[in-house]
Amino acid sequence: MTGVDPVRLYRTVRLIRRFEERAIELVRSGHIVGGIHPYIGQEGIAAGVCAALRPDDVVAGTHRGHGHVLAKGADPARMMAELCGRVTGLNRGRGGSMHAADFAVGVLGANAIVGAGGAIVTGAVWARRRRGEDLVGVSFLGDGAVNEGMLLEAFNLAALWRVPVLFVCENNGYATTMPVADSVAGSIPARAEAFGIRASVVDGQDPAAVHATTAAALARMRAGGGPEFLEAQTYRFDAHHTFEHTVRLDYRSAEEVERGRSRDPVRIAGSRLSATDRANVDADVEAVLDAAVAEALAAPEPDPATALEHLYASGLTARTGGG
Amino acid sequence: MPRLSYRKALNRALADELARDEEVFLLGEDIRVAASAVTAGLLKRFGPERVRDTPLSEQAFTSFATGAAMAGARPVVEFQIPALLFLVFEQIVNHAHKFPLMTGGQCAVPVTYLVPGSGSRTGWAGQHSDHPYSLFAHVGVTTVVPATPADAYGLLVSAIRCDDPVVVFAPAGAMEVRANVSDPAPVPLGRGRVHRAGDDVTVVAVGHVVHDALAVADELAGEVSVEVFDPRTLYPFDWDGLLASVARTRRLVVVDDSNRSCGIAGEIIATVVEQVRLHAPPQRVTRPDGAVLPFASVLDRAVQPGREQLRHAIHHVSKDG
Repeated sequence: MTGVDPVRLYRTVRLIRRFEERAIELVRSGHIVGGIHPYIGQEGIAAGVCAALRPDDVVAGTHRGHGHVLAKGADPARMMAELCGRVTGLNRGRGGSMHAADFAVGVLGANAIVGAGGAIVTGAVWARRRRGEDLVGVSFLGDGAVNEGMLLEAFNLAALWRVPVLFVCENNGYATTMPVADSVAGSIPARAEAFGIRASVVDGQDPAAVHATTAAALARMRAGGGPEFLEAQTYRFDAHHTFEHTVRLDYRSAEEVERGRSRDPVRIAGSRLSATDRANVDADVEAVLDAAVAEALAAPEPDPATALEHLYASGLTARTGGG
Repeated sequence: MPRLSYRKALNRALADELARDEEVFLLGEDIRVAASAVTAGLLKRFGPERVRDTPLSEQAFTSFATGAAMAGARPVVEFQIPALLFLVFEQIVNHAHKFPLMTGGQCAVPVTYLVPGSGSRTGWAGQHSDHPYSLFAHVGVTTVVPATPADAYGLLVSAIRCDDPVVVFAPAGAMEVRANVSDPAPVPLGRGRVHRAGDDVTVVAVGHVVHDALAVADELAGEVSVEVFDPRTLYPFDWDGLLASVARTRRLVVVDDSNRSCGIAGEIIATVVEQVRLHAPPQRVTRPDGAVLPFASVLDRAVQPGREQLRHAIHHVSKDG
């Protein structure tokens, strides 16, 4: 509980929660096409981890990545514009929900391929440290990712080459609909420990606990201790993806969901504030998001003639499809 | 003039680029000891930070290179066998290639993937003998297949300096080629080369089969005047250069040592016939559909496009019309 302002933590958790709720409304109204993977219930992890990072540290997120991008400091209005496919979006409307990136605040991008971020952030941190920078990186991943071979290979490289990357496993109990008990043999922290990586486990519903555990790990990493692993135990309150709002997938009971919701990071973080502080934060977040939604919806869509802009950094242009 | 081998040309290109730009570094399996000879001497000269031997973990080190490139480095990844590209196709296609567009231009991913010994190495059988360049051209990753030592040097240098991912296929059949190269220089990506001028038929040859095409063209010299066009870069392709040639000859044969269906030869023919009225239906000489190279030498050779088939195809398009 030390070293971080509880108002700041609550604000981040609340911002992510309300951002997600507003985004779901925009999915339902047809303004966000393709749907989203809601982070609702898991906000304490992004808030706690990112509060321990410096602005120059880098993170790579997951396809459930809105929380990571917002917690690292991206502008909610540009993030919402990205989800709405607008030219003012973080990725100029080229990435959308699963690929939101903001290099200006160290967000290398959400990644829609499970487990893919681990090696990428390891390479990015290694390259910048070779240049004399002393930054660290965080690779967020889900419980499903611990069964991906590429991630285990990344653990090996990071540990061998002592690259300071914190691998944060957000164990929300399900890989899409597959329960952890049916998918993970052995234990999740033991995956990392097998590579000589120090692993910790934390209650992901308590952002202050996440922050404290992360800060301790980052201090060891900055002192030259090599990569670390953090399993944050959490629960996804909402659907895997908003398509679940239109189809009925039967994979968890109402009782289980209710039990999960009883440990709400927004409530836990809010309980540490006075009612006045909480109300002020809530009002501020609402104003930010009102403006974000309004700005996003008012922003222009990209010009179809620019559909393949940015395909090649070298300036190469692609042939058209003909006809 | 000094003789330069194709293999040494690749080695010299790596050394020159490592010396020129601190952000260039190499990674790959067994590169410390230079198992392919392409990285020979580089560890001693540049040290283990610049010449990084990797564990057998192709997917992770390919994505490691992606991350490093996004952070401003210029990694060159060496793959010891072409089949490893199947293993890392996802990392190259779905990540390295897509990030510039998906991030709206926030990053570049200048990685070079070097595949020395691509295609049949005779006797290396089914899992070590593919030549999968058409796959990369299909997805739009810059793909180069140099045929000569000068082009091997010049195209690898340009690949390393390119701001996009580039796959450099160095065919096994070209690795031992030697030529007089007095002053190796960068060769621009996307520009083909007419190795031999001719008036009757344009033969497009990819990689090591350029040398077969030149030999066949010489043999037929009294009979058919063959122009040999080497695209050098399969994606982006030098369509202007090829169309200029075919607009004169009006006859086209493509020889390509990769599988027939959805291969680069089909793309070359399709593009030409969209734009040029030919005197005869074009021909392509390739590996069979879906080929897997059998082990026995006679079977291995039977699957690869040979000079006899090329002669036959040239005669066929020459007679017609």
